[in-house]
Amino acid sequence: MVVSKEEILHIAKLADLNIKDDEIDEYAKNLQDILNFVDVLNSVDTQNIKESIGTVNNSNVFRKDEIKEFGDRDILLQNAPEQEDNMFKIPKVI
Amino acid sequence: MELYELTVHELLEKLDNNEICLEDITKSYVDRINDKEKDVQAFVSISDKEALEKVKTIKERKTKFAGIPIGIKDNMCIKGTKTTCSSKMLENFVAPYNATVIDKLDKENMIYLGKLNMDEFAMGASTEYSAFKKTKNPWNLNTVPGGSSGGSAAAVAASMVPWALGSDTGGSIRQPSSLCGVVGLKPTYGLVSRYGLVAFASSLDQIGPITKDVTDSAMLLNLIAGHDEKDSTSVDNQIKDYTKALKEDVKGLRIGVPKEYFGDGINEEVKTTVKEAIKKYEEMGAIIEECSLDIADESLAVYYIIACAEASSNLGRFDGIRYGYRTKNFTSLKDIYRNSRSEGFGAEVKRRIILGTYVLSSGYYDAYYKKALKVRTIIRQEFEKLFKKYDVLLTPTSPTVAYEIGSKSNNPLEMYLADLCTVTVNIAGLPGISIPCGVDKAGMPIGMQLIGKHFDEETILRAAFTYEQAIKFRENQKPEFKM
Amino acid sequence: MSREDYEIVIGLEVHSELSTKTKIFCSCPTEFGGEPNTHCCPVCMAMPGTLPVLNEKVVEYAIKAGLATNCKIADISKNDRKNYFYPDLPKAYQISQYDMPLCEHGYIEIEVDGEKKKIGLTRIHIEEDAGKLNHDDYGRGSLVDLNRAGVPLIEIVSEPDLRSSEEVDLYLKKLKSILEYIEVSDCKMQEGSLRADVNVSVRKKGQKEFGIRTEMKNMNSFRSIVRAIDYEAERQIEVLENGGKIDQETLRWDDVSGKTFSMRDKEDAQDYRYFPDPDLVTIRISEEMKENIRKSLPEMPESRKKRYIEEFKLPEYDSNILISSKYFSDLFEGATKVCNNPKAVSNWIMTDITKELNEKELEPSDIPFTSEQLGNLVVLIDKGTISSSIAKKVLQEMFENPREPQKIIEEKGWVQISDEGAIKEVVLKVLEANPQSVADFKAGKDKAVGFLVGQAMKETRGKANPQMLNKMFLEELKK
Repeated sequence: MVVSKEEILHIAKLADLNIKDDEIDEYAKNLQDILNFVDVLNSVDTQNIKESIGTVNNSNVFRKDEIKEFGDRDILLQNAPEQEDNMFKIPKVI
Repeated sequence: MELYELTVHELLEKLDNNEICLEDITKSYVDRINDKEKDVQAFVSISDKEALEKVKTIKERKTKFAGIPIGIKDNMCIKGTKTTCSSKMLENFVAPYNATVIDKLDKENMIYLGKLNMDEFAMGASTEYSAFKKTKNPWNLNTVPGGSSGGSAAAVAASMVPWALGSDTGGSIRQPSSLCGVVGLKPTYGLVSRYGLVAFASSLDQIGPITKDVTDSAMLLNLIAGHDEKDSTSVDNQIKDYTKALKEDVKGLRIGVPKEYFGDGINEEVKTTVKEAIKKYEEMGAIIEECSLDIADESLAVYYIIACAEASSNLGRFDGIRYGYRTKNFTSLKDIYRNSRSEGFGAEVKRRIILGTYVLSSGYYDAYYKKALKVRTIIRQEFEKLFKKYDVLLTPTSPTVAYEIGSKSNNPLEMYLADLCTVTVNIAGLPGISIPCGVDKAGMPIGMQLIGKHFDEETILRAAFTYEQAIKFRENQKPEFKM
Repeated sequence: MSREDYEIVIGLEVHSELSTKTKIFCSCPTEFGGEPNTHCCPVCMAMPGTLPVLNEKVVEYAIKAGLATNCKIADISKNDRKNYFYPDLPKAYQISQYDMPLCEHGYIEIEVDGEKKKIGLTRIHIEEDAGKLNHDDYGRGSLVDLNRAGVPLIEIVSEPDLRSSEEVDLYLKKLKSILEYIEVSDCKMQEGSLRADVNVSVRKKGQKEFGIRTEMKNMNSFRSIVRAIDYEAERQIEVLENGGKIDQETLRWDDVSGKTFSMRDKEDAQDYRYFPDPDLVTIRISEEMKENIRKSLPEMPESRKKRYIEEFKLPEYDSNILISSKYFSDLFEGATKVCNNPKAVSNWIMTDITKELNEKELEPSDIPFTSEQLGNLVVLIDKGTISSSIAKKVLQEMFENPREPQKIIEEKGWVQISDEGAIKEVVLKVLEANPQSVADFKAGKDKAVGFLVGQAMKETRGKANPQMLNKMFLEELKK
């Protein structure tokens, strides 16, 4: 299977990354190399095998429904590239 | 002997005997940083002034580690200080909260000497992917320190910090520790809280100690381990004192040696040295048996699929809106997203986001991501089988010793092979420790990895301690800062 | 072909904010409003390194909703990430549920033209709400407020079983009342705590496969939903009748023009890349847990209705209105307990209280006074302490500044005059002032009494007991 230019551009769009025209081939090659490498998994028989999302077997980790106010808005906003009226400012969204 | 050359347990002994005071220790490290950092380049930010000021305020040692300095990998949040992940994206990011591990160190009133360099967002195996600087290996300044916790391992090896915290997703604590001749422990997944560790791959990341010796490793693990209600994946086990495991005794210990990790991909000198270590264990009474863990290539594949998939999602939040780098070049919202991310992330990070997005995207999910999760189950089962027979598994930590800076950084796939021996441990969530076991002809350190059962850090610590006491690596070998 | 040859098919995805105290994955308050970004913490602002921990009440409430809508509750469930970029979604993924929702295969029963119809529920799952985008004063930029980010939601997905806007209206009202009854959501539409994505398609009658559907997202008024469905169905039929094709797309309903508009450009087909969230662990629901939640479910509207008809002898019409809202129903039961006059309480709720709510654009949940206070109002009328016209004024007072009706009439001096001497004085005064009416009465015009009573009420500013006035005028006139 070969990764096409269109596919790279589609994936870049999903990931919200720009890929310049002269970079497409390199990204495609890199992706292709790794995909070729991970094809080794095709030879593993995974019939009737369940998926492991993680390695922790515990379940039902819950929090009590009790309010703890963080209470320091300034520190949450201090890294904002642009803010106004204590909100994060971005170009107009319709 | 200078104070900075000592381990933490040696420093504590001197403090207990009133031979030194706390200020002496921090001063010694600050001087050492001033002397060596220009060569090693291990820090992203140095907090020498704050450290010296803080240590002055500690009049009394109310806690065991009060006033003891430490270095922190720059992907853990310390409230009010920069946490950059060695990325342009977070170059000016000041953390608004503390990571749980930092809360724990604060409780002890420890001293932060600075934030340590790493591969950008912990993606890499040489620290060459840092957006800011290339850290050098103190044993030979022309070589890499390994990665991604290269700054942490190099700083400990160069004695610029007595010990440090690193994080390990596929080998990022153990591999640089091996390349820098220090001790690196990746705890069982769930033992140490990940809260406040900037996520690379959530199901694989663990924070762990990088230290000069095994005793310090156990002590630092004591400080950071334990259940955290802020991390759903942290496990609520009974609290242990890992220093109690530090006994010189491997008699009857069943050590399995998976033959696949002594194959073609592994450097000959590495193989020879690790085999000598195995012989040593045998002499000390351990039962050695060759075994098979025929999943090395598959593990690497599973690792890159899962880690990149999770990363592609974890790194979505870096969008130039609430924090982090924002492009100057924008008129629309779309520009802010695309340009900020494209300009703020380095090439390797983008490569991994592309791979991760690809394997999760419609049409490929089943073939790659889902398949990887299934093979992950098989890998876990393989380990379970082996651990019915063995207490510990032993492998080299890294296929090679430290290599020259720049020699691999342009070949991503080759770079990925550096994780060959370590990734399986993360996939299965097991604990692993790397300890030095010798040097090659050029005098570069070689490490071996001991892998334990889930939450059985004690056994690998004991095995590591026993070996360390027998060969006295630190006493015989020192980094020489070769130019 | 005409309109009648087509069948409309509607499916709904209803999002309801749960009334937990805290957000779904952090301990920030869920309270509506508040200064921008004050109900926030590093977790719901998606600061690097933060992790989610699931609120136990969210799971409990979702299961409650599932049980109240006849769903099968999962034994094992999990959370998944839905990845997309939008400024109101700080993590760039929404934690939701993909292939293992908490509840599946339920139904809600509605009554269409006297016949019961089951509307299937595909699933109910939990997820987090997004933040809000405001516009700055100069119209140049947008401002992100994350107070709502992380407020828990359940999404209730219906099967495409609905066939008209009327059915949709009935379904939504029923669903809203169920959620209110089990107290998992306050369903305040104007605060956006109940919103629906509406999928509409049409097909020729008798045709088996569904037509191509369009979707209208985030609608938060039942009236708009009904209008939008009617418009959209009509539009689709017209397109088809003219030989056109329906595009599967997301539309925006504009309430002012009463039309739908195309919203997103179609090449932007979404690929959410769902995958299990590795930061959260499996949810396991034991039989015991299900049973405990089942036991905690309150009496549902249908059962209340039956009781109102049998026990309180209320007409079915009244009962339907009362159970349409849990707040009405609770108000009715509480007040009736106090005054023991169900029909009177029911009348107050159906007429004056409803009128007042409509005028003030309030919902039943906004009624400021207690059911005891309403009960006491009815007692005051029944005892003859106040007239019903005074009672209307008292009710208005109770809306403005809720307090005991007894206290209101004392403060305002609205106690009814029932003293015979005082009444007689007024009667004589009015008779003297209106000789013409007296003459009319004597000439056989019985209506004159009404006029005289009216004059007497005016004289006493409504406080005189009208029955006594009537009686006494007749006595005097017949002398």
